Amino acid sequence: MDWLAFQVSFKLATFTSLCLLPIGLLIARWLKHSRFRGRHFVEALTALPLVLPPTVLGYFLLTLMDTQHPLGGFIAQTTGQHLAFSFNGLLVASVISSLPFAVQPLLRAMEHIPNNISEAAWCCGLSPWQTFIRIEVPLIWPSMLTAWILSFCHTLGEFGVVLMIGGNIAGETRTLSIAIYDSVLAFERDKALYMSLVLLTISLITVTFVYSLNRRNHRMFH
Amino acid sequence: MHPLRVKITLSNPIHLDVQLYCEPGQMLALVGPSGSGKSTTLRCIAGLQKPSSGVIKGGGQRWFDSQQRLALSPQQRRVGMVFQDYALFPHLSVADNIRLALDDKPNAAAVEQLLQQVHLSGLASRYPAQLSGGQQQRVALARALARRPDVLLLDEPFSAVDKVTRRKLYLELHALRQQLAMPVILVTHDLDEAAMLADSMCVIHQGKTLQQGSIDDVLQRPKSLSVARQVDVRNLYQGTLESHAGKLKLRWHQHVFDVAATPHTNNISAGTMVHWLISPAKILLHQQRRPSRGDQENAVKATVQQILTLRGICTLLVTVDNAGRQQMQLDVPEHVVQRNQVQIGQQIGMSLLADAIHIMVDNTIEEGSGNDSEKSRLA
Repeated sequence: MDWLAFQVSFKLATFTSLCLLPIGLLIARWLKHSRFRGRHFVEALTALPLVLPPTVLGYFLLTLMDTQHPLGGFIAQTTGQHLAFSFNGLLVASVISSLPFAVQPLLRAMEHIPNNISEAAWCCGLSPWQTFIRIEVPLIWPSMLTAWILSFCHTLGEFGVVLMIGGNIAGETRTLSIAIYDSVLAFERDKALYMSLVLLTISLITVTFVYSLNRRNHRMFH
Repeated sequence: MHPLRVKITLSNPIHLDVQLYCEPGQMLALVGPSGSGKSTTLRCIAGLQKPSSGVIKGGGQRWFDSQQRLALSPQQRRVGMVFQDYALFPHLSVADNIRLALDDKPNAAAVEQLLQQVHLSGLASRYPAQLSGGQQQRVALARALARRPDVLLLDEPFSAVDKVTRRKLYLELHALRQQLAMPVILVTHDLDEAAMLADSMCVIHQGKTLQQGSIDDVLQRPKSLSVARQVDVRNLYQGTLESHAGKLKLRWHQHVFDVAATPHTNNISAGTMVHWLISPAKILLHQQRRPSRGDQENAVKATVQQILTLRGICTLLVTVDNAGRQQMQLDVPEHVVQRNQVQIGQQIGMSLLADAIHIMVDNTIEEGSGNDSEKSRLA
């Protein structure tokens, strides 16, 4: 068992899922209330990482993060950080590639709230932000848990983007899924099996939990 | 408290051309079929929908004025709204639902007072899902009142409860109204509900308000044929106005009726095709044994086809003699029918009192009957 890789994976998944909660909430809120014509395009954009090969996403991100690129150069200049092949770069890439796993459940939950519930709150004198905090967020908390768990698990199992952006630096960017790949290449069958079982167990438990949570969430409005 | 004045148009998502007025302390029923724009009108008043043009004044303030590019948000308008399905916050208790709308230092006493007002004391800690439909409606009403609104809007508040509960809630709302000083708008498609609860009525059809007036005015003296159709007038016919020795009379098939002279009928010239109606409750049934003097006025003979009895009122469906077998309905107290031994197939005498005949000049040519009058005008 590569404990260092386990640590990196766990840290990356925790940070990514925590970053994604507020980001996902804001995007979902905006998508629900916006009457902007291009909102469907924005919604499609947030779902794109679901269908895009991770290597494609990884390639574009790597290009953008390169210090030769204006954006990567700008970030390197202002923060002194090289995003490519670093944990921070990995975090940014993970947030983007796991975005749909946070946005989709939150958006579905927001859309599930009847419009007149929010409107009733406005008629009670609550501002749109107060309505969001006091009415909408409490109503979708099971989906927030779902979004958090799904994005955590997806990051834990991410392989393609991590390999493209992070490379394979022990203690910095080598995650469990990459360690498994390495072990298989090195014919360390037992090690690979052991680590795979760990990921399998975590995924199974969490997905089961998410499904049982969704059942309960659906009962709320009926 | 200030009146509510609305004069707006809307082109999207549905077409609206609405004009209405409601005095403080009065209840105005906005009546029309589903899809006629009743709810959208309420949404415009509440600020949830922006009209294309016009003015909305409430609480002594301009809430909306298209010329001044003024449109206050729902939060700025102090409107109490009861939604059709109540829209209670499912995650909050009854007390918290109400507390949320109490803007000035929410306290337990204020919540309790509102709960008492709607007969819900003791249910403060329940959640909406644990309440019956009638209780949910009361919570919605208490929540709408919590903001001490300048206008109270009720969007079909009785449509989601069963009939027994509905009758109970009618009485409660009627009693509660005595304590309310603001203008109240009740949206409903139920004419009886409107007639029972409201002071005045505004008829809306295909987004356009057609007539506003007292309940009796609108129901018995509709301004136009379309209003008469909307308020489901039962005895609606076509006739021609004639001049007999300088007096205007109504010809209906082989009958010539006296009509009451009103400023409205004075403007109509003889020979005009008109629609006219008479309220079923205002037709006088002649007594079999003792004819009275009123029996001479606009007397007609008719044959009873059907008798329907509901809560002490008999509706007689009759065919009028010498009137092209046209049918007419009259509402008579059950005891009168029994005393006169009225039976199906029997011939009866009745008077269409001049004061009860309401004449409408048909300006709008509508499909169906409109074509008929068009033809006879040409003939």
